[in-house]
Amino acid sequence: MSESREERGKVDISFTVNGERKTVHAQAMERLLDVLRRHLELTGAKEGCGEGECGSCSVLMDGILVNSCLVPVLQAQGANIVTIEGLATEETLHVVQEAFLEYGGAQCGICTPGMILAAVHLLDKKRQPTREEISEGLSGNLCRCTGYSQIVEAVAEAARRRTMA
Amino acid sequence: MNSDRIIGTSVPRKEGRDKVTGRSQYVDDMVLPSMLFGATVRSRIPRGRIKKITFGPGISWDEFVIVSSKDIPGKNCIALIGDDQPCLASEIVNHPEEPILLLAHPNRHVLPKAVEAVSIEYDPLPAIFTIGESESRSEIIWGEDNVFKTYLIEKGEVDGVWEKADYIVEGEYTTGAQEQLYIENNGMIATFQADQGITVWGSLQCPYYIHKALMALCNLPAEKVRVVQMETGGAFGGKEEYPSTIAAHAVLLAIQSGKPVKIVYDRMEDMVATTKRHPSRTRHRTAVSKDGKILGGEIDFTIDGGAYATLSSVVLSRGAIHAGGPYYWPNIRIRAKAVATNAPPHGAFRGFGAPQSLFAMERHMDRIAHTVGLSPVEIRRRNFLQFGEATTTEQVIREPIDLGKLLDRALEVSDYHAKKKRFSNENNKSGTRKGIGIATFLHGAGFTGSGERYLSSVVGVEGCADGSVRVLVSSTEFGQGTKTVLSQIAAEALGLPYEWVGLAQADTLEVPNSGPTVASRTVMVVGKLVQSAALGIRQTLISSNLLNEAHTAEEFRAACRLYVSEHGQFRSWSRYEAPPDIFWDDQKCRGEAYAAFAWAAYIAEVTVDLTTYGVTVDDFVALQEVGRVLHPLLARGQIIGGVAQGIGFSLYEKVVWQNGRMQNGQMTNYIMPTSTDLPPIRVFFEELGNVYGAYGAKGIGELPMDGPAPAILNAVEDALGVPFDFIPLLPEDIMDRIAASPAMNGAGSTGGG
Repeated sequence: MSESREERGKVDISFTVNGERKTVHAQAMERLLDVLRRHLELTGAKEGCGEGECGSCSVLMDGILVNSCLVPVLQAQGANIVTIEGLATEETLHVVQEAFLEYGGAQCGICTPGMILAAVHLLDKKRQPTREEISEGLSGNLCRCTGYSQIVEAVAEAARRRTMA
Repeated sequence: MNSDRIIGTSVPRKEGRDKVTGRSQYVDDMVLPSMLFGATVRSRIPRGRIKKITFGPGISWDEFVIVSSKDIPGKNCIALIGDDQPCLASEIVNHPEEPILLLAHPNRHVLPKAVEAVSIEYDPLPAIFTIGESESRSEIIWGEDNVFKTYLIEKGEVDGVWEKADYIVEGEYTTGAQEQLYIENNGMIATFQADQGITVWGSLQCPYYIHKALMALCNLPAEKVRVVQMETGGAFGGKEEYPSTIAAHAVLLAIQSGKPVKIVYDRMEDMVATTKRHPSRTRHRTAVSKDGKILGGEIDFTIDGGAYATLSSVVLSRGAIHAGGPYYWPNIRIRAKAVATNAPPHGAFRGFGAPQSLFAMERHMDRIAHTVGLSPVEIRRRNFLQFGEATTTEQVIREPIDLGKLLDRALEVSDYHAKKKRFSNENNKSGTRKGIGIATFLHGAGFTGSGERYLSSVVGVEGCADGSVRVLVSSTEFGQGTKTVLSQIAAEALGLPYEWVGLAQADTLEVPNSGPTVASRTVMVVGKLVQSAALGIRQTLISSNLLNEAHTAEEFRAACRLYVSEHGQFRSWSRYEAPPDIFWDDQKCRGEAYAAFAWAAYIAEVTVDLTTYGVTVDDFVALQEVGRVLHPLLARGQIIGGVAQGIGFSLYEKVVWQNGRMQNGQMTNYIMPTSTDLPPIRVFFEELGNVYGAYGAKGIGELPMDGPAPAILNAVEDALGVPFDFIPLLPEDIMDRIAASPAMNGAGSTGGG
């Protein structure tokens, strides 16, 4: 494994992740998912299918929900990225995380980071979504454990609590 | 009056906080220094003799670690029930995707190209792909007759019933393969050190299955093999037996290289190469009286096991025992058979044979109803097993179950009768047809027959130095809530706050063999052992005069601390003992098949669109009796999740086969339900009380997989008046039938397609 082959095509790319400015030295076409997981050790985003179907690698990029397995890292230059690790502070969970805990929104947990970010994104766009709007908003994120009901209930509860707050 | 404090409450999931914050560590999140990545070179043909292996040009092969079957230190097999499945094929391949060679390299990106560059020449052999081809014995691909296992269940005198019958009702029902489709793909990391032996960390259900397989593979004693479960992102049976193969592969590469090796499958490899639900074919021939009583019948239940025996024999026995459903059969003969085909071995998937045979039984009940001229409700009511009656294996029902009442309650909450009437009035007035269907069924909890006695599970409970308590089990958490519910049980037994109890990591170095995490056995069987081991801790403290019979949690904590400071490690063990009055004959499949059954009545309401031929499930009622519900939120989550998988099994998930290989091994073309595809799934529990399991609990995990498919297909028949006896049922299947049906032709806006 020669040094030059590893280095060929690598560039410096800078972006903000969870409020921190980061510069990575990576292949331009490397997937954002791999950069997050391997370079930055943010392993909350998961690879489920590698082709943008399951949503378990979802992160927020400039406020938009993206499948990080489909984003070449070059595209993240200058972007503001939020991963699951950036949602809770040391001791306080995000209202969506809290609701997932209380309403049984997480079972095996593998889709959970992506699902929670999809829910946060949905609630940012719509403060009081209906059950149908929640289902629609989460339909890009697959969950094999829950049958979605308790996830939808958690998101509805999070919306309610946010409006009350 | 029950005075339980923790049992029956929805305490927070033990590992919930780590899951919602993304801190949980799954195997692909783990990195070891100087770790290599492994990949598998697989057969591209269904059956043949390996002639020559060539390492093609353009790859720096000297950078790779390469392992073949010659490098296996012990026996070249994946030890399970039998040992017919090789770890790596040496001369013959018996299915597409069969592992032949292993490669490892520090850079995971170079592996796919290297795998591609290995070319293997074969002398192809004729292959067989269906149950029918296997039965015809045109080619013998396994043993002497392509048959892995047969069972014969007999009760009464079937041959005499046909002449007494007013009706003889026949039907044939088939189910397709189904992919478990856990969202976390399979993965393992292995290390090897000459003095310490091997360690694997991975995504898995059954640490001791892997432990056993690695001992045989590497010819190592038990203490030189360590298996550790990482957080596991869904399993559903799909991580019951296959992880032994991946662990074996990672271990071989680790031994060869002297470095840690990680193998994580990508989605397509996971889908095409690993196990799926057994495809099945069930034939019913039933003698029925004119008042709708089943007089007797024959059931022929056959499953496709794929190329190696793996778990097919036990999937078969569970399927066969459930084949008669929750009905009383005075006379029955069930012939069950698992056959070989040149496909990757089919394996464990939630329900384990029962969803297949119960689909047939429950579709057949509707066929009997139509033949006799009774309603689907009435035909079931007249044939339900009653307290004191015997099942097809002569197991006498000793639970106070009243299936008629269970069904009545489901009819009531689903508004069945009113809907049925409304649908039949409205159905000819639009481009859609609505229907409503029922399934009533049972699911046996725990291992079948003498299985639990053979397993002889052991559970430990440890009083720790700080006064907290740890449960020591090899039972694994993969979403169901194992950690949470077993902690509840120990906390309840000891009178402690839930927060003071936790589970040790499922690590064979730390925990005893409490059996595999399968068969809806964890809460009922393992939970009961946890309860008794916990009481052992308490008893020791009491007999050491450190604790009074009546004590507070604080007093327990103080006593526990004191005990540990004086005596060191403080552990109590409990081993499974079969109840004395249990009889089971493995050969004849006769006797007490299960320590307890869960019972259920499910009702599905569907709309069939006559333009698209799509079926939408509009409402789903899942009503069950599972004994005591220990954690209402988790239990409801299990039922809803199982029903969702059942809806996928019925209407969405089709494995497309070509020459024994899955052609649609991606999430883009193998379709599971999304959040917009599912109806409200309304869950109801009836608690009739059961004395067997921990705090009266029975098994729950697999039950909800059994009912949706027949309920939905019964509803589709109710909507269209056309019976469908196979799943998955896709829009194109409905279009083909309706286009060919004169009665329905022209009914839809497309003029029947």
